[in-house]
Amino acid sequence: MIVLWIITGAALIASFFADRHKTFAAAARGFQLLRGILPLLLGVLALVSLILAAVTPEMMEHVLAGRGPLPFLAAFGLGSVALIPGFIAYPLTAVFKQHGASYAVQAAFITSLMMVGILTLPIEARFFGWRVSLLRNGLALFGAFLVAAGMTWVLA
Amino acid sequence: MGVGMSKQRKRPSVIGRSWPWIIAAVVAVFWVFGRISGGFAFGLKAGVNLREFLIEMAMVLPPMFLLVGLFDVWVPRHLVERHAGRHAGAAAIPWMVLLATLQAGPLYAAFPFAIGLWRKGCAPRNVFIYLFAFSAMKLPMLTFEVAFLGWRFSLARTIITLLVFIPAGMAMERLLPEAYSPPEAAY
Repeated sequence: MIVLWIITGAALIASFFADRHKTFAAAARGFQLLRGILPLLLGVLALVSLILAAVTPEMMEHVLAGRGPLPFLAAFGLGSVALIPGFIAYPLTAVFKQHGASYAVQAAFITSLMMVGILTLPIEARFFGWRVSLLRNGLALFGAFLVAAGMTWVLA
Repeated sequence: MGVGMSKQRKRPSVIGRSWPWIIAAVVAVFWVFGRISGGFAFGLKAGVNLREFLIEMAMVLPPMFLLVGLFDVWVPRHLVERHAGRHAGAAAIPWMVLLATLQAGPLYAAFPFAIGLWRKGCAPRNVFIYLFAFSAMKLPMLTFEVAFLGWRFSLARTIITLLVFIPAGMAMERLLPEAYSPPEAAY
């Protein structure tokens, strides 16, 4: 996060000294893009806040720990829908692990969480179009399945 | 793609324009009600969730969009085309991964940059490799992952993910029509 600010700051300063007008144009361009997407972003995130409030970590733990295909499928389902920042997702997954979630379940949850975003589909579609967004998410889900399978194979 | 090239979108209906604010207001009201009544845990939780999302947005979106703007103004099309275009080789992949790793934030923060790359002639496969790398291979996040899930798990997951998602990016390019370009709406 800090690195991002440093890089952007440095780029901005360099740009400013190179060409002031171009820099203002760049800032205006960024602002215009941001303003265009902000309402949609706010709506989606507010919706996700409500959904996440209904699903407690205890409920997730209950479904994800244990054996058999059900926790595995639940990991994909939860991971695809939820929108959880990494610094919360990893400790959460560590809790699942302590309660007996397998490597495959952990990897499935983390990978689908990061790469698949069902709830953020409207945002993605605004940029890429629905067709590409659905395709990317479908492929990401399939990829997450391969990662989970690979983890079982490598770590077993 | 210069400034002002984006077409004016058709104005959406009143509901289409106001639903995000309505839902956000509902969450805010739930939260206030939770604070006052002291027993409405769901409302409090939703409010705290939204606050965390907003903080994350405030931390990540301004620099990401500034970068997109700078990229748009400064980086010439032929540079992107040469290093990451349709005829660029596998050397584009480490560039995409490096670019993604230097940035930060949730996946939706990467969409505008990805579109910017695409519009400047970056091959679709590289756009999607960038997106996948952005979501799965953050260096700061790796330290987190190691702390909570261990070296073996984190390293194996990162490497396997890379092996899976490079072909996935290529598959995306194959599955799209040759002339496909993303909608003008957001850009």
